[in-house]
Amino acid sequence: MPVPDAKTKIALDVNGESVEVAFAPHKTLLEVLREDLSLTGTKHGCELGECGTCTVLVDGTPVLSCLVLGLACAGRRVRTVEGMAAGGKLHPLQDAFAELGAAQCGYCTPAFLLAAEALLAETPRPSRDDIRHALAGNLCRCTGYIKIYEAVELAAARMRGERAEPAPETLYGQR
Amino acid sequence: MGSAELRVVGKALRKVDATAKVTGATKFADDLFLPRMLYAKLLRSPHPHARIVSIDASHAAALPGVKAVLTGKDLPIPFGILPVSQDEHALALDKVRFVGDPVAAVAATSEEAAAAALGRIAVQYEPLRPVTDAVDALAHPEPRIHEYGDLGNLHKLIHLEFGDVEQGFRDADLVREDTFFFEGSTHLPMEQHAAVADWSADGKVTLWSSTQTPHYVHRALAQVLELSPARIRVIACPNGGGFGGKSDPFSHEIVAAKLAMVTGRPVKITLTREEVFYCHRGRHPTLMWVKTGVKKDGAITGMHFRSLLDGGGYGSYGVASTYYTGALQTVTYHVPRYTFQGARAFTNKPPCGPKRGHGTPQPRFALEVHLDKIAEQLGLDPAELRLRHLVPPNSLTANWLRVGTMGLGRCIEKVVQGSGWTDKFKKLPLGKGIGLACSSYITGAGLPIYWNAMPHSGVQLKCDRGGGVTVFCGSTEIGQGSDSILAAIVAEVLGINPFDIAVVTGDTDLTPVDLGSYSSRVTLMTGHAAIQAAERARALIARHAAAQLALPVERVGFADGRVFDVERPELGLSFADAVRLAEAAEGTVGTVGSYTPPPSPGKYRGAGVGPSPAYSYSACVAEVDVDPATGIVRVPKIWIAHDVGRAINAATVMGQIEGSVYMGLGEALMEEMAYRGNRNVVHKIPSLLEYKSPTTLEMCDVVTYVVEDPDPNGPFGAKECGQGPLLPVPPAVANAVYDAVGVRIDEVPITPEKVFKALRSKGKGEEGRVGPKSFPEIPWPEPTRVPPPWEGGDGKAVESGKGGKGRQRAAKAARP
Repeated sequence: MPVPDAKTKIALDVNGESVEVAFAPHKTLLEVLREDLSLTGTKHGCELGECGTCTVLVDGTPVLSCLVLGLACAGRRVRTVEGMAAGGKLHPLQDAFAELGAAQCGYCTPAFLLAAEALLAETPRPSRDDIRHALAGNLCRCTGYIKIYEAVELAAARMRGERAEPAPETLYGQR
Repeated sequence: MGSAELRVVGKALRKVDATAKVTGATKFADDLFLPRMLYAKLLRSPHPHARIVSIDASHAAALPGVKAVLTGKDLPIPFGILPVSQDEHALALDKVRFVGDPVAAVAATSEEAAAAALGRIAVQYEPLRPVTDAVDALAHPEPRIHEYGDLGNLHKLIHLEFGDVEQGFRDADLVREDTFFFEGSTHLPMEQHAAVADWSADGKVTLWSSTQTPHYVHRALAQVLELSPARIRVIACPNGGGFGGKSDPFSHEIVAAKLAMVTGRPVKITLTREEVFYCHRGRHPTLMWVKTGVKKDGAITGMHFRSLLDGGGYGSYGVASTYYTGALQTVTYHVPRYTFQGARAFTNKPPCGPKRGHGTPQPRFALEVHLDKIAEQLGLDPAELRLRHLVPPNSLTANWLRVGTMGLGRCIEKVVQGSGWTDKFKKLPLGKGIGLACSSYITGAGLPIYWNAMPHSGVQLKCDRGGGVTVFCGSTEIGQGSDSILAAIVAEVLGINPFDIAVVTGDTDLTPVDLGSYSSRVTLMTGHAAIQAAERARALIARHAAAQLALPVERVGFADGRVFDVERPELGLSFADAVRLAEAAEGTVGTVGSYTPPPSPGKYRGAGVGPSPAYSYSACVAEVDVDPATGIVRVPKIWIAHDVGRAINAATVMGQIEGSVYMGLGEALMEEMAYRGNRNVVHKIPSLLEYKSPTTLEMCDVVTYVVEDPDPNGPFGAKECGQGPLLPVPPAVANAVYDAVGVRIDEVPITPEKVFKALRSKGKGEEGRVGPKSFPEIPWPEPTRVPPPWEGGDGKAVESGKGGKGRQRAAKAARP
């Protein structure tokens, strides 16, 4: 059954900039970001709310953008991976993910980065278990999550102003 | 080159594409949007096995927005990854072979319009009796799923004999038989397969795809579309995870290209998650029987191994997968006499193929649990048993595989020491256990998928007068870091910064052929090709630098972006200046390199699967907590040691090992392709929620040991690390469960139900075991008899037993 496609226009804040965008009202935030705003950094793995791959922040809270209607985001603040690096400089989480190889294929990476950013905003000194729980809704098939934990810990330390370096066994294994 | 001289190789460097990946800038196939692009959808069969009586697509074609509809007759030429299994059609021609088999395709101006049009295609089917699994295939040779194959619904039958295994059993102090089952599982890449095709009026088609094997897709497109390969460009986008699941040419790729040709517009197709389950090509469900004779000290006197693989509806890599279930049993512990019988059945399920470890995790599970039982019967420590009988380095195995460096002993010592094995094994309280297993894997298949005498990998190098270097190679970045390996190796040879190197890969218009990202071949093969290209550039540049510096060419060194006198390093010039000198003298500075693996010593039919330039080795210890009340198994920690030869990039090696452990853990505990038990053969769980895979809450801690014993056949000594470390995890977990609660779960996944059931039967005084009870009778062909090297053979079969005659005899015998 063809769906109605008369476009509706909303205004919202995306990565700190106000934008106006018009789209068919049935579209999810995921589709609006990727198809109408060309922000393809946000990925999809199931479009059923099962894998966490499409995670973005709405008003600072991680949401599955495949389950949120674009219309529901009128007037809200949406943050995607494209908004993390500032002034040509990587966010400490991005930097730590790159440094440790926490992004292998990179497909789930934007979602993990944003989920981790939300965690660190609330909990600047997370335990390993805090990280596990905060990221439990995000699937990664490449890393076994370990480099992701280590990258979140490294970035958290640096964001607290500590001069943190990865442990040798993180990069080279146990001797 | 000694490691002291290495400046790039061995370091933990960022990947060259890391920044693009963490900023979301990487363009995966579905991230491409072209002007005027259409969206395509596939209509898939609701029947597991049926004849197509008629298709009426006229109503679909008439819908608004619909630009083209295709059915099987539009793409009648068959294809398949292996030359011996050209059994697929882009859209089913006359028959469907599994629920999900593509039947028709629509291109429309929106995905919604395409989906709506699928509902208007009327297909009339005549259902046929479906084959539900391999044992069912054996019992029901008719109706045949395919009109080819060795016997009825058996696709492939293999029988190889290396020495008199019965004599081996007579020489033994103990002979033990066990049966095992390894359930099928799927790759589950986070990225759904996607492809975008474009057609230009000058007769050229371009396909962007999430494929691990652009070269094979290129060949398949040429074959099915009847176009010259010179008019086809295949670009492998970075894959959002592959694990073997994007290694076949797929229906959707061919359909997208054809739809672009028909409509003259770009066409995108992105599979839904459900469709990714139907593409599958994952782990073959495998039933196994193994009989081994051993001396009191654990020395193996003979081994007989049988496997029966449930192949699903098409051939895919299945013939190779079947050989792989018998190939690598011999490369870890010395096996003087060995017999292998393997069979693959066609069944009406999504086709199985190569998943990480390709055909070897199943027999490795069987072998390592079997050895655990043997060790117990002999009263030996399982680590000690293995350490005593390792295959020696630089030796030939019974089935004529050449083992080079062999670091398994060091791997075992690392995990035994690190885990505190001796203090824990058989000593932990009830419910806590520890288990050990080992494995080996190939570093690249020794033979190409289609017979040819050309290199397996090629590299072109362009040195820019500004000092930048571009590496062109057909390899495919699937997250494993292959682009970074090319940069690291070229940087090492030319003494420049790897981040000054541009890497162009996976584009059949721009890059020389590399066969693809499979069989753990990429680092070794592209690495050698890159070394050759870079050494040629270095020689050329050195010649002109030597003249400029008035030095003999042997004294010219390359490091830190400079070209200099090795005896007076302050005398030199920048790398960019040196390139300019060379370019001024000789013109554009460009070189090539290529690599072909050494010939295999085995010369018998079937010797093509198993040979590799080098074998990696892994040892694993798993610790488990088993709740005897519920059967729930938790794995808190795994120790893994992997002999990688030499790490080219230490950080990516760590990532590959940890990722392998993770995937092995998923297969050990929860992952399974499950189908409804009735004759519908419908996939029970084609979703990411219901197909259980480990989340952060199930993933264990991992202690990793990287063992480096450089192999002369590897670039800078490197061997593989992306697949091998998966293999020992399932058997280590199974052995640990036995240590924890005294029950044997002889099949994976080791679910709470199975553990609970085994504990219950143990409690009733019965055998505390869950697993297959028997292996069916199979009409094996006459064996191909190949004397092992120590019996004076030359790697050839001793008699005409090439399988053909034997198969005919077996077929005759099996007739009612």
